[in-house]
Formats: sequence, structure tokens, C-alpha cells
Amino acid sequence: MNLTLKIWRQKNARDKGKLVEYKVTDISEHMSFLEMMDVLNEDLVAKGGEPVAFDHDCREGICGMCSLYINGEAHGPDRNITTCQLHMRMFNDGDTIFIEPFRSKAFPVIKDLVVDRTSFERIQQAGGFISINTSGNTQDANAIPISKHDADLSMDAAACIGCGACVASCKNSSAMLFVSAKVSQFALLPQGRVEAADRVMNMVKQMDEEGFGNCTNTGACEIECPKGISLDNIARMNREYLKASI
Amino acid sequence: MTLNSKVPKGPIKDKWTTYKDKIDLVNPANKRNIDIIVVGTGLAGGSAAATLAELGYNVKAFAYQDSPRRAHSIAAQGGINAAKNYMGDGDSNYRLFYDTVKGGDYRSREANVYRLAEVSANIIDQCVAQGVPFARDYGGLLDNRSFGGVLVSRTFYAKGQTGQQLLLGAYSAMNRQIARGKITMYNRHEMLDVVKVDGKARGIIARDLISGEIERHSAHAVVIATGGYGNVYFLSTNAMGSNATAAWKIHKKGAYFANPCFTQIHPTCIPRSGDYQSKLTLMSESLRNDGRIWVPKNLDDAKAIQQGKLKPTEVAEENRDYYLERRYPAFGNLVPRDVASRAAKERCDAGYGVNATGEAVYLDFATAIERYGKEQAKIHGDDNPSKEKITELGRAMIEEKYGNLFQMYEKIVDENPYETPMMIYPATHYTMGGVWVDYNLMTTVEGLYCIGEANFSDHGANRLGASALMQGLADGYFVLPYTIGDYLSNEIRTGEIPTDTPEFDAVEKEVKDRIDFFINNKGSKSVDYFHKKLGKVMWDKVGMARNEKDLKEAMDEIKAIREDFWKEVKVPGEANEMNPELEKAGRVADFLELGELFAKDALQRNESCGGHFREESVEQEGLQKGEAKRDDKNFAYVAAWEYKGEPGDAIMHKEELEFKDIELKQRSYK
Repeated sequence: MNLTLKIWRQKNARDKGKLVEYKVTDISEHMSFLEMMDVLNEDLVAKGGEPVAFDHDCREGICGMCSLYINGEAHGPDRNITTCQLHMRMFNDGDTIFIEPFRSKAFPVIKDLVVDRTSFERIQQAGGFISINTSGNTQDANAIPISKHDADLSMDAAACIGCGACVASCKNSSAMLFVSAKVSQFALLPQGRVEAADRVMNMVKQMDEEGFGNCTNTGACEIECPKGISLDNIARMNREYLKASI
Repeated sequence: MTLNSKVPKGPIKDKWTTYKDKIDLVNPANKRNIDIIVVGTGLAGGSAAATLAELGYNVKAFAYQDSPRRAHSIAAQGGINAAKNYMGDGDSNYRLFYDTVKGGDYRSREANVYRLAEVSANIIDQCVAQGVPFARDYGGLLDNRSFGGVLVSRTFYAKGQTGQQLLLGAYSAMNRQIARGKITMYNRHEMLDVVKVDGKARGIIARDLISGEIERHSAHAVVIATGGYGNVYFLSTNAMGSNATAAWKIHKKGAYFANPCFTQIHPTCIPRSGDYQSKLTLMSESLRNDGRIWVPKNLDDAKAIQQGKLKPTEVAEENRDYYLERRYPAFGNLVPRDVASRAAKERCDAGYGVNATGEAVYLDFATAIERYGKEQAKIHGDDNPSKEKITELGRAMIEEKYGNLFQMYEKIVDENPYETPMMIYPATHYTMGGVWVDYNLMTTVEGLYCIGEANFSDHGANRLGASALMQGLADGYFVLPYTIGDYLSNEIRTGEIPTDTPEFDAVEKEVKDRIDFFINNKGSKSVDYFHKKLGKVMWDKVGMARNEKDLKEAMDEIKAIREDFWKEVKVPGEANEMNPELEKAGRVADFLELGELFAKDALQRNESCGGHFREESVEQEGLQKGEAKRDDKNFAYVAAWEYKGEPGDAIMHKEELEFKDIELKQRSYK
């Protein structure tokens, strides 16, 4: 198929940036979206242009490095996948595709489609851990039975890949889904309960300081989340926050 | 220089304990004055950085991604081994040790492997304490599954995302130390060379991938944890950015490189679909617990399938060849990876492949769906379930176990694996070879350590499933933190290492000159052009089956590609900005050297062992006819290569392998 691409180009953080139009031809429906971008970049290099910078690494939907806002949706039109798992069969010959970076005040653009997500790092550093040393002198792993139900719910929350699609999709640029996933993972486990109150207070405080917006329960984040992280986690975090506050 | 593995004396069961009792320690006050650089933040690097910081050292950690959580350990799916014997099926440290040495086809160092087995149980305790949500049974205890090449269930897992959960565990431990200021994290930084002062590793030169700035970082010891070199094949299951640059650069500065030809081709990956393909996707080995591998028995059926005229579900049971179950009745579909991969290649080479390219076999879950369905019906009290009910219940079980893998497959291939068998084919996955290290995990350069996949030590010629995560975390959490202390106890009087010295000047100049060359070369071909060319030579001539003629040709061809690369490579953009093409150029330049050494190593090892299969070395008769033939008399050694200017000129040093606790046997899975 032949496609028209309108891609956000921005030389660096200080540059204003703009949409630039490109044409790609002979795109196979079996290609992944990023392989289509590779084809474009090879072509740009061959013609003496500068390739489009975009984040990507594992290309199997787990590292959380790839982003892209495609036709107005984080990770594009398919559901429960990241951009690297999006395939061109989701598009039609002759389509025009708009490709932009994830946009949020807390995710400044570094170059073209690459954004700075270190605000997520600082939120994790504020409390996204259990304060246990890695000495190996802990108790036996089976010493505390954990109900399968709780362990499974905890795992579902822990599946978050930290890509930032929730923030990009939210009209308020809220990071609540991301933060609540980590808070929930630990709140559901006995090991994590010990510090639950401090954790939620510290992580929420950091989230606010980074400039993320508030949650108004529109649910856009849940729909666009490549890992299907549930809105229930936000409810759980609010409960934890309330408990910790009173 | 002679190789000294520094394996402690005494019975194998006591070595590690005795060693720990006798090493020198650094007191807590002195640890505050010692800096350690950790390059790479996957399971090995991340766990090492966190633990060293907890102990009190000042750690500087480097990752090329924007967060440690992105390292490719995150993509490991199936699980992590540990000799917990929770299942009561006869597991023990010795058995895990034995399985690992045997699975590695007797080319690993016994003492290192025993230590690995010994600390394995601790890893699980540690991870649970960190909040890793491992799978549990209804009684609330940890569940296990079984993996290829073993007869017990010792694999712990978190759905199909075990690597992710373990890495996030190590990442959370790192975050705690970053918050305390004990780890300084350098995201989006790439190490481009190591700096030695008086023969000791004292720092690195790194590039800030956002600004392009070249930076000097000093430390009392340097730890390389940068993973494997599978991307030398261009197509592999590695991440796009996975590279060998750090490992190769230290090799060129004096660290020996061991057994580069020991590379694992994983049997269950999604087959390639076209020339534009950028990477291959793994389907976890855990699928072989329940999936049965087959191709059609008749060539006519295979041809019809290749032409799209016949569906797999239309092939009658008696016309299917479950070739692993046929050839290896004892282990069946759970033979080790190297055996499963070669068997797939053998069938496809004979024309029985099942997709348009003829390079695919089926992985079928129909039998498992039926078995689970009946089991579940019984549990639910339905003694006479309908066929539909059985399928429904069975699919639900399969979905619970492998749901995310099935979803991943469907998104890529556009077929529903619950209804039609998956198609799979082998792909490059893991590299057992790597930087040579002694028992302390130190390389042949003093103060320079190498851990995780980047080193060579524990998996011999073939790695068993679910052992990579085990080794990464064992090295980082429980081994290196002890062994590095023994070295650093002599550094307490050294003081801070200055970076304004001639040694740093010289290495920085080398790095800058190379970058300038790339930017100014203005050649005619892109970096990927050369990488793909190299990958094709590697796959065709240094792939699943190797012979003398091909290997010699490969060495010449790789050299020619390399020469062309240095004339014709084209890197757009500037040095002082984010420039992904420039990053790739440096990595491919190193792969072009490593590839040649890889072929040279494969050429000298005229035996078949593990992932290394020489067509000249095959069993000629008896039950094992056609199977790989190992040659213990001539090749029971580690080949450690010393750099001498050109990859082809490298000199081999041998570390003879002694097996005191295991009898060397033909690896039979029949």
C-alpha cells in the first residue's frame, strides 16, 4: 500500500517543531508500524535527509520504550498493544497517517518523536519499592501464603510497562493510572502493606510536583493502555490515599 | 599470560562457603570512599548496582535506554529456575547443578555452576520479599512449571512476564538507592570505551545520547553487564539496541573473549515474514509444556500447506509427524533448545516446512486443550461434558497460562492460535559465550568485572530455559557483591580517581576520532545495509549447522564487509545531538569485528557440542546416529581469545575444564 505520513519534526527541545509530510510506497500489510518507519528512514538516509528519531527497543511490546501518538491515539488504532506491535494491516492503501509524540507538560520533547519520561522515574524513586535489602537473608518464599486472587490482581497491576500512553491519552495529562498500578501492586501484597501509607503519600506528592494533571475519571487511559491496566487501580489508590490521610 | 580461574580448593559443596569465610572485607566507613561503575541495568547490572549501593559503595549506573526498566531482561517470558524442591519431585542443588552442566554439554566451569545452583533458592526468597507477584496455587503457595532438558518442575513464573517482574524488582531496589543518593543513574548514556590506569580498570568514556557530549567517569572498579551479542545476526530476539560494544571494547583493551561460537538458537520463535523484518519475536519455551510440535508426514501435504491449499487442522492425526516425540521419546517436546532447533531445521531442510517460505513447523495446543478441558469438567462436577464444553474449559486454562503469548502471536501473525496451530521457527536468542571471567567474575583486566549474559561462565555450550534470569540475578545480588569486595579491600587507600590524566585523554581522543570519522565519511550506504549483510553471512554460514568450508568463507566475507563499511558507511546528522544512526554505526562496527572472531572460534572447535553443531562431527551409528558428536578428548576446554590488532589474528588461550563431580556422558534425550 501507499501512504502519506504527517510526522512531527523537532530538532531539539528548544526548537518549535512542525508537521512534515512524507510519502511511503509498497508497504506490506504484514509489516509492523515501526518497520514502516524503518523503511521511511532508510529512504531518507539514501536521499541525504535526516531520519526521524523515535524511541523503540524490544519491539515485542514489553520494554515500554516505544510511544507515538498515531491518528490521535496513543499506540495507534489497535487495542491492548504498543506501537511496535501495531501492524500495517490496520491501515488502508491511500491513508494519511498523523504521527506525533506523546504530549504532556511532564514529557518534554527531546527530538522529533522522542520525549523525556524521567518524571516517571522520579515518581518510582519516591516510593515505588519495598524497603528490603538484597541480602538474601529473607525468610523462605513460601513462609507467607498469599491468596491466588490477590497475587493475580497484584500481577495484573504490575504488568504496567511505564510507556506513558495513559498520560498522553488523558485530557488532563494525568499519571494516575501509572502511579496507581505501582501502588496497587504493593498494596495487594502483605510484603507491601507495611509501608503502604508512606508509599502512596510520597508517590502522589511527587506526581503532583512533576506537573501531571488530576484525574476526572474519563477512562481514556484504561482504553489506550497497551497492557489493559484497569481503572480499578485508581479507585484502590484513592482508597489507600484516603486511608493514609486520615 | 596463563589463565587462572581462581576456583577455590576443597569439595564442590563447600567451595563458595569457604571462599566467603576467607575473603577480605571492606569496612562500612571505607565503602563510602569507593566508587563503582556498573554498565547496563538489566537483571545482572540492576541487581548488582542496587546491592553494591546498599552495601555502601558509590555506584554510577549506565543505561542506553531512558530507564533501567527497559533493559532487555524485561522480555524474558517463561520463568526462573531455583532448586527449592517445593514440588517434592526430587530436586536439589546437586540436581540443578547437574542439569545445567549436562544441558550445557559439559563446556561450563563446574565450580561456577554449583555456586549458581546453591544461591538459586535465595533468589526466589529475595524476589518475593521485594513484591514480585509470582504465580501461586489456590493454597497461596508458589507454583512451578517445567522447562526443557530437565525432569523436575523447578521454574517459578509470573504469567508470561517473568523477566519483566524480576527486572522491575531489581529496578525498584535501584530506585530506593537512587532516592538515597547511593546510585547516580545515567540514563540515555552509552559506554564507548574503558580507561585503564596502571593495568587496572579505572573508568569509562561515555556518550550522552541526548546532547552527544563525551563524558569521563572514573571509579575503583568497572562492572560490565551489557548482555549478549545475538544482534551480530541482525535478526534475533534481542532488542533493537542490544549490542556488544562494551564487551568488545574491553576485549580490545585486554579482556579475553571466550567461546564466541556458543550461541543459542531458540526453537520457538515466530517465523519471519519478509525482507523488511527488523527483529524476531520469541514464543516462550514454556509453551512446549503443553504444545506438541509437528510437521506433515507426507511431502504432498507439506507442499499443499506451503501453497495455502491445505489447513493444518485438515491433516489427519495419522498423517502428522510429531518428530520430537518420535526421535526423543524420553523428553519429547521438552528436549533442550539446541536439539529442538536442529530437529526443526532438519525437517524444514527436507521440505516439510509449513509456511510459504518453508521455514516453519507447527506448535499445536489441541491435545492440551482437550486434556485440560476434561480435567476442568471433572473438577466442576461435570462427568459427561460435551465436546464444546471441553474446548471452552480447556481454552480458558490455556488462556490463563499463556494468554499474553497467544495474544502476542495473534497480533503479529493475524491467526488465532486457539483454533489453528502456531507456526514457529528457530531464531538467535542468547549467547553463552562472552567475556572470560574467573571465579570472582573478574576479567583478565584487573578491577574489570563482567556479569550476566555478557560473561561466558555458567551455561557452557547451551543454556537451559529459565536459567538466564537465574544467572543474571545470582551474579548481581549474591556473587559479585562478595567477590568485588575482596578486590576493593586493597583500594581503601587509593582515594578518588582523577579524570584529567593522560590515560583518560588518550581514550577520549580515540572515541572522539571515531565519531568524527563516521560523521565526516559521507559514504554511499546506510549502517543497516552493512548490518543486514553481516547478518546474512552469519545466519547462512555460522548458523545452526557449520562446516569448515563455510566458516573459512564467512571469515573472508565478514572481513570484506568490514573493509567496505569503513569506506562507504554513511551517517547523517551531527555528533553533538541525538543521533540514532551514529549510535548504530558504532555498534555495527564492533559486530563486524566480533563476527569474524565468532567464525574463527567456530572453525577451531571441530566438534559438535550444545548450540555449536559441526557437520563434520556427527554420530555415525547406533541409537544416536545423526546426533551431535562431542569430542571430550580434544575439546574439553574454554577457548579464551586475546585481541591482537585484527579479529583474525586473535590468539587462543585454553582453560582446560575439569569434571570432578560429574561424569562426562553423551547427552542423550532419547
